[in-house]
Amino acid sequence: MSALTIAPAEPRRFATFSVAEMFCGIDVAQVQEVLKYQEMTPVPLAPGVIQGLINLRGQIVTAVDLRRRFRLPERPADRKPMNMVLRCDGGAVSLLVDEIGDVVAVDGCEHEPPPSTMDAFHREAVEAVFKLDGKLLLALDTSKVLHIDGEL
Amino acid sequence: MIQDQEILTEFIIETNENLVRLNQDLVAIESRPKDTDLLASIFRTFHTIKGTTGFLGFSKLESLTHIAENVLSQVRNGERELTPELVSLILETADVVTAELAAIEATGQESGASTEDLRRRLRQFADQVPDRTADPAGDLTAEPSMNIEATFDSTMEPDAVADEPSQAQAAVSGPAAEAGMATKGPSLADSTIRVDVAMLDKLMNLVGELVLSRNQILQYAVRHADAALGATSQHLNLITTELQEGVMKTRMQPIGTVWNKLPRVVRDMANATHKQIKLEMDGAETELDRTIIEAIKDPLTHLLRNACDHGLETPAIRTADGKPSQGKLAMRAFHEGGHVNIEIADDGAGIDPKKVKNKAVSKGLIRADQAERMDDRDAIQLIFLPGFSTAEKVTNISGRGVGMDVVKTNVERIGGAVEVVSEKGRGTTVRIKIPLTLAIIPGLVVMSSGQRYVIPQVSLQELIRLEGDGIRKAIEKTGGSPVLRRRGHLLPLVYMNETLGLAPTDVRETLQVINIVVLQAEDRQFGLVVDSVLDTQEIVVKPLGQQLKKVDCFAGATIMGDGGVALILDVARVGRKAGVVLEREGGDAQQDQQRHSTDNTQTYLLFRAAGLRRAALPLAEVSRLEEFPRSSIEFTAGRPVIQYRGEILPLISLGRVLGAGHKDTAFQRDPVQAVVFRAGDRSVGLVVDEIIDIAADAIGEPPASAAGKGGVLRSTRIDKKVTDLIDLEALIESCGPSLLPELAQSLDALRAGVSEAWEQDQLMEVA
Repeated sequence: MSALTIAPAEPRRFATFSVAEMFCGIDVAQVQEVLKYQEMTPVPLAPGVIQGLINLRGQIVTAVDLRRRFRLPERPADRKPMNMVLRCDGGAVSLLVDEIGDVVAVDGCEHEPPPSTMDAFHREAVEAVFKLDGKLLLALDTSKVLHIDGEL
Repeated sequence: MIQDQEILTEFIIETNENLVRLNQDLVAIESRPKDTDLLASIFRTFHTIKGTTGFLGFSKLESLTHIAENVLSQVRNGERELTPELVSLILETADVVTAELAAIEATGQESGASTEDLRRRLRQFADQVPDRTADPAGDLTAEPSMNIEATFDSTMEPDAVADEPSQAQAAVSGPAAEAGMATKGPSLADSTIRVDVAMLDKLMNLVGELVLSRNQILQYAVRHADAALGATSQHLNLITTELQEGVMKTRMQPIGTVWNKLPRVVRDMANATHKQIKLEMDGAETELDRTIIEAIKDPLTHLLRNACDHGLETPAIRTADGKPSQGKLAMRAFHEGGHVNIEIADDGAGIDPKKVKNKAVSKGLIRADQAERMDDRDAIQLIFLPGFSTAEKVTNISGRGVGMDVVKTNVERIGGAVEVVSEKGRGTTVRIKIPLTLAIIPGLVVMSSGQRYVIPQVSLQELIRLEGDGIRKAIEKTGGSPVLRRRGHLLPLVYMNETLGLAPTDVRETLQVINIVVLQAEDRQFGLVVDSVLDTQEIVVKPLGQQLKKVDCFAGATIMGDGGVALILDVARVGRKAGVVLEREGGDAQQDQQRHSTDNTQTYLLFRAAGLRRAALPLAEVSRLEEFPRSSIEFTAGRPVIQYRGEILPLISLGRVLGAGHKDTAFQRDPVQAVVFRAGDRSVGLVVDEIIDIAADAIGEPPASAAGKGGVLRSTRIDKKVTDLIDLEALIESCGPSLLPELAQSLDALRAGVSEAWEQDQLMEVA
């Protein structure tokens, strides 16, 4: 399992953010940009994880709420989410997160696969756990995060 | 290396163009075998291909085109006739060249396929002429003579020169491959350039963005009373509109680019099926967006093949039927109201509704009793059901008869519609209606639950606003399915808030104002109740992301003037979700089947007539409810009729059909109430005393003893009350065969034989 797609030569860099108590990261190469809260147009009949559509300079971007995706408690009404816009095959997608952190470079050695005790819901979307100073960084597999089943 | 690639690309593009012209020329020359200009053009095309393939080292193509060229030079020198067999052979050669070209485009080299057989047959042709062998040297010497001959002909036939000046000029201008290049003409080269299609697509996207920005600025300018800003934004508005039109035009292609290939298709079909077919084309210059041209290419070819294979008959049958032995296929394209209409009409055997029904029943697509009740028009629509084939035997030619459903799907995917009209023995016409462009469409902006939505203008029929008491009067609530009585027609209503899951059902009771957007989805109409109607706007359709693919009801999204995002409704899918448009429509029987299989309920129209306190008809059978002043009833051949929408509507009174024991009071009323329905290809009016209601109920098994009065009535329970259900089929039958056929004659002629007194008597007797 540790034979992950991590090039040992070059340390990977993650754009980090927090969702509820979780500290997560996404490979910077996949991140298009970070935006403050944007007005959204809700999509009726869409799965609950999809919060709405954002106008990103003329491009229509689907916003996916990571709290709902991970079945975490709802964000308090007074806390506006941030947008982490990702480059995907089918166009850009925005992940709604609580707070944006720094870009963190990790050394390929300090990581492990997600522990088996982790909630299955999170585990399938977590590619690896990096042990940073004082906290753990959950590196997300965006294709899994964005694979949304109709039932949600 | 890059340069090589460029040369290769150029070669492929040019050769493809040459091949298109070659195909056209070859088909044309069959009807005009003596046309030396055409022959010269064909010869030159082969010569050019031979030259360039030789230059690029494609030896197989070179040797093949070389032999073809030899044979053609013999024809040109008058050493042999241009027979249909020879044309077929040359066409086959063109096909091989096309296939090789595709291989070259894909892999950079010729395919491994052998052309030996074709070469041998071509050589046989060449060798049949005793005094001339397939000698490459001889061919070279032939070159100048051809030019002389062509020039000579041009001077002999001034008409030909006038028609095709470039051809004549080309023939004069001289030898070899260079001539082929030059013939495309200095004038063309000066005034046109080739542009990559991707570039045009990009321009179109940019213009889309510009339109959105323009909308935003216009909205901003309205809010801020600034004269300079106002003037500038108006100017921007005009320029943007013009630019939008201009860019859209660059993407427009005449439909002829698709049609060009069709004469060849028809020719091959005619040969393969041993039929004589004449293809007429009208409106080839009609322009369409290239994405749409791409999308309709296959459906059109398929329809044409269908017409050749299944539609037109063999000469023997045609002659026996008293038709000219040559079948006619007419294609027509024209603009109409922001849409393009394409028609493919044949004068063949037409579609036999009975055969279609039988086939549909035997394939299990519909039930036998549905087929019985279905009228001819609806029966013909059955050919659009998946897995349908009317051909007596399966043929290779038109793809085993599958595909009418694919044609329909493809056309609907680009927002178009297909319609088939057919008359047995007279022919079939398929009409396709498609939008001009897909990228920027006019739409109506509406509000629902605080959000804006856009409804494509194409689907829009009319807007209705009801207030206060008007709501209760116009909208009838029956078993949970509200309908609007609109000009005698019952329009099912869909509450947008509810369908989109935004509001509970009970809210609709409290509405003081109702805005209804009447929409056309496929062949059904329904009314969409929205909170408010804002305005119409040009919108740029943007696709929704991958994550929303499964969400029904939306065709995309757009960006509004204020920068917000609005969803674009997919009208057909909204209708389907609400249950007013069927999953796959194919006439009423299909609808019935849906009802049977899904919720097993049927909606009925309840009325009083002939002393029956509660009679019912399936609502699906009813086309309209009408009121006529009693004085407008006229009589022909002893039957009451009324002039109705340009045709003569026979009126049936239930009391008269049922006879003794049933009072016939319907004609006494003024105005007279009539339920209009279709019987065969004609409308019939059933005169009733009073319309009571509309009710939905499960379709129960009728009691065994129910059939009575010649099968017209049967008792059943609708909405928990005993009701007489009327069997329309039996009703028509009991009126006798004289009801329908003779009515086609003009009313005046018929009226002459009917005296005023008689008419009065009749009314009295009825009373």
